[in-house]
Amino acid sequence: MHEYSLVRAMVERVEAAVRENKAKGVHRLRVSVGELSGVEPELFRSAYEVFREGTVCAKASLDVTLVRARYTCPNCGRAFEPGEVLRCAGCDRAAHLNAGSDELLLESIELEVP
Amino acid sequence: MCTTCGCGDKELVPVELHERILAGNDRIASHNREHFRESGVLALNVMGSPGSGKTAVLEATARLMAGMRLGAVSGDLATDNDARRLERAGIVAKAITTGQACHLDAELVHHALHDFPWKELDVFFIENVGNLVCPALYDLGQDSNVVVLSVTEGEDKPEKYPVIFKKADLVLVTKCDLTPYLEVDLAKLEDALARVMPEPRILRISARSGLGMEAFRDWVLSRRALLPGGKARPHRTLASGHEHGHPAAKDG
Repeated sequence: MHEYSLVRAMVERVEAAVRENKAKGVHRLRVSVGELSGVEPELFRSAYEVFREGTVCAKASLDVTLVRARYTCPNCGRAFEPGEVLRCAGCDRAAHLNAGSDELLLESIELEVP
Repeated sequence: MCTTCGCGDKELVPVELHERILAGNDRIASHNREHFRESGVLALNVMGSPGSGKTAVLEATARLMAGMRLGAVSGDLATDNDARRLERAGIVAKAITTGQACHLDAELVHHALHDFPWKELDVFFIENVGNLVCPALYDLGQDSNVVVLSVTEGEDKPEKYPVIFKKADLVLVTKCDLTPYLEVDLAKLEDALARVMPEPRILRISARSGLGMEAFRDWVLSRRALLPGGKARPHRTLASGHEHGHPAAKDG
């Protein structure tokens, strides 16, 4: 269960943004979760529900977008089917993973300013 | 305040970040990495399930690399058993007791470096907590990731845990001396790895019989040779109980 430590890191980042912007509150967080980031979107959401109590995020809603993993050949651009060997037989090249699909990103925050 | 009509509604200001949530961990990891590179220490993050043979691999490596200075920190929820085993094998070792935490992070590793003679080492193993999920998320500042997978775990493990195998620079398939007693098909296991790793690098080994251990040692040496000044610098030899070195044994 690393989701709690991830949520804590996210809330700390939001706290810093609130200070920098002298905000009164936080309205919404947008997060993107890559399919190969090692984070389960549902667990992340439920960890957030518990952890946000008593923090600057107490009233902030959380939008989670899942970024599907997609492998393509860097040479011919062919898309790989899930579960396929990750090497393009025709080009003899290793498959490339699309950006964001192995990342957990805090995309944006909506702050309430007085 | 809303300035259009003065209704008193709060104004919402979007702040675009597009930032890794673990950016804080990554910063400390980069700091660790800089330390290791500056000092010519090869840091390897060794991950794998509980009981996959991480500690046994390090013990067997120590037997093969007796001339090199090896060190390790070993992440464990509750005991320092692994660190003590490594010490007995001649590896300078320290336990990181993580309590309930399922993984090491860059800060835990950084903290462990204090009062630990890591700068004197040729190779620094970071033996992660036994777990195929969480350790994959945390950069520690290592040069490479080594994932240990034993033949008893099942051929489909790579496809069940793609995240950690995708991050592996090297997969060690351990306990290969047991294959005559098992119904495991190593070709199938390696095929599964090729479906989650675009550039799989795999070694079949046995810490007990020594199978493949020389190939692993050679891989470690090749990684170390890539460090800045790593090739030019001869590895330091252990003083084997002497404070002073024998002149003939001194590096040229």
